[in-house]
Amino acid sequence: LSTLILAEHEGGFLKAQTLNAIAAANFLSKDNSISLLLAGSGPSLQEAAAHAASCHPSISQVLLAKSDKFTYPLAEPWAKLLQLVQKTGGYSHIISASGSFGKNILPRAAALLDVSPISDVIKISEPNLFVRPIYAGNALCTVRYVGSNPCMLSIRSTSFPVISVDSKSNTAPIDEVDLSTIDEDGISKSRYIKQTTQESERPDLGNARVVITGGRALKSAENFKMVEQLAEKLGAAVGATRAAVDAGYVPNELQVGQTGKIVAPELYMAFGVSGAIQHLAGMRDSKVIVAVNKDADAPIFQVADYGLVGDLFEVIPELLEKMPEKK
Amino acid sequence: MKIMVAIKRVVDYAVKIRVKSDKTGVETNNVKMSMNPFCEIALEEALKIKESGFASEVVSVSMGPTQCVDTLRTSLAMGADRAIHVDTKEMLYPLSVAKLLKALVDVEKPGLLILGKQAIDDDCNQTGQMVAGLLNWPQGTFASKVVLDKEKHVATVDREVDGGIETVSIDLPAVLTTDLRLNQPRYATLPNIMKAKSKVIKKFTPQDLNVEIRSDLEVVEVTEPPKRKAGVLVSSVDELIDKLKNEARVI
Repeated sequence: LSTLILAEHEGGFLKAQTLNAIAAANFLSKDNSISLLLAGSGPSLQEAAAHAASCHPSISQVLLAKSDKFTYPLAEPWAKLLQLVQKTGGYSHIISASGSFGKNILPRAAALLDVSPISDVIKISEPNLFVRPIYAGNALCTVRYVGSNPCMLSIRSTSFPVISVDSKSNTAPIDEVDLSTIDEDGISKSRYIKQTTQESERPDLGNARVVITGGRALKSAENFKMVEQLAEKLGAAVGATRAAVDAGYVPNELQVGQTGKIVAPELYMAFGVSGAIQHLAGMRDSKVIVAVNKDADAPIFQVADYGLVGDLFEVIPELLEKMPEKK
Repeated sequence: MKIMVAIKRVVDYAVKIRVKSDKTGVETNNVKMSMNPFCEIALEEALKIKESGFASEVVSVSMGPTQCVDTLRTSLAMGADRAIHVDTKEMLYPLSVAKLLKALVDVEKPGLLILGKQAIDDDCNQTGQMVAGLLNWPQGTFASKVVLDKEKHVATVDREVDGGIETVSIDLPAVLTTDLRLNQPRYATLPNIMKAKSKVIKKFTPQDLNVEIRSDLEVVEVTEPPKRKAGVLVSSVDELIDKLKNEARVI
């Protein structure tokens, strides 16, 4: 087997979800030659390549595509890049994390390569046998890939935890991709304008050890700050239901659920969350779930390990007072 | 300009699905079927663009068994001008759907193709990106805001991405896929439901469109997810903190 990983990097480092993709590649087979593809421009790309080369002993090669075309995550040039690299490398598998970056690019590249990608893989049973959730995680579908190479997967980061390895790992060679034959037709039809991000000191929702989520019952953006305070005290990330996002309490990137973020922290605390199936789809794999809701019949209590029927406007202040500070 | 909208018929979002006991799939017999919610948003966006004077016609398309006609009829009642049904009983994966859509785009030549970002049954989130690739059109996926520039033939698209909102500018013709917050789909009114009955639904087969339905995937089994074991109700914040500390050991 040979696997190409579509890597994401930022500030000279691989992003956490790419390390999860590497973990997934190691599940495919013990005998798997793994290459990481990094693209972009500027000095941070070179630093990220150095990080990539030594991040895991299973990496046999780092491929570097240096061009201004890849400065931004636009699907049009990136899909053409994957097509080119696959043509030269003939990989059996291509893997990306199933974040918005991979979801935007991987299917487009798969169409160019005339193969069917498999989204949101949560388990790799054999090199061509995968489990993925369907119907918002209310069913699990085992699929066998029977098409030609490459078999293209996006993997759910929370299902492939990174196993730390000893630091004496080898350093893989870094090779530049020859871009002289890339098909440039159509890639100038899209332009990156900007990205708007809310600055936050809190940990990233996708990787946080603790997630504190608020629902519509918070009633206002002002009240939602209580959830944020509790998160700060516990060193947790903040999540929200679709209803809370739609009501404008918090920005969209905090939404947890079928169409938002998928999280699986050690501790998930839900305040004023009813537990619609679309929301449960995003957090049901959390290790410990706590639910606080006024309504004793709320469906969230069916998945909660610890439920507290009560008014969150009383419970949160009490928790703020009594919960121990983060270590 | 013409806008084409892809519509998928799925199990209604409010139905609690049941996995078949033989593990071949999810029960869809005698289950309420509806238009995929993201497709409703796609259609609403197309109708809004038409109402703003930028488009002259909205064509909705769906593929699959005969019952897809019912979903297309709903799209006509919401305001689509006409519809196309690609009639097939075969299992359609996103790659085949993308190929069929490309063939229909070659026939209809729309300036925009709008799809939902994902269907709530298979949750694939692939078809829009794939058809954009096949057409070599730019793509604005997971759109939460679309602004069209009539003169320059450019769409400025706000996209919901992991880190926030990304804004891209793409030349038309283009593919858009819709996220939840793009708009609020309208309901079909009774007069429009009556009017929709006389609108045209044209039928194609995959053979008519020269698309070979191929499948790279085999469903081995569909199972229920593991159940979480029943939790406990605690009666106070103190008890909760005690459990988290001493039983679950997570704080």
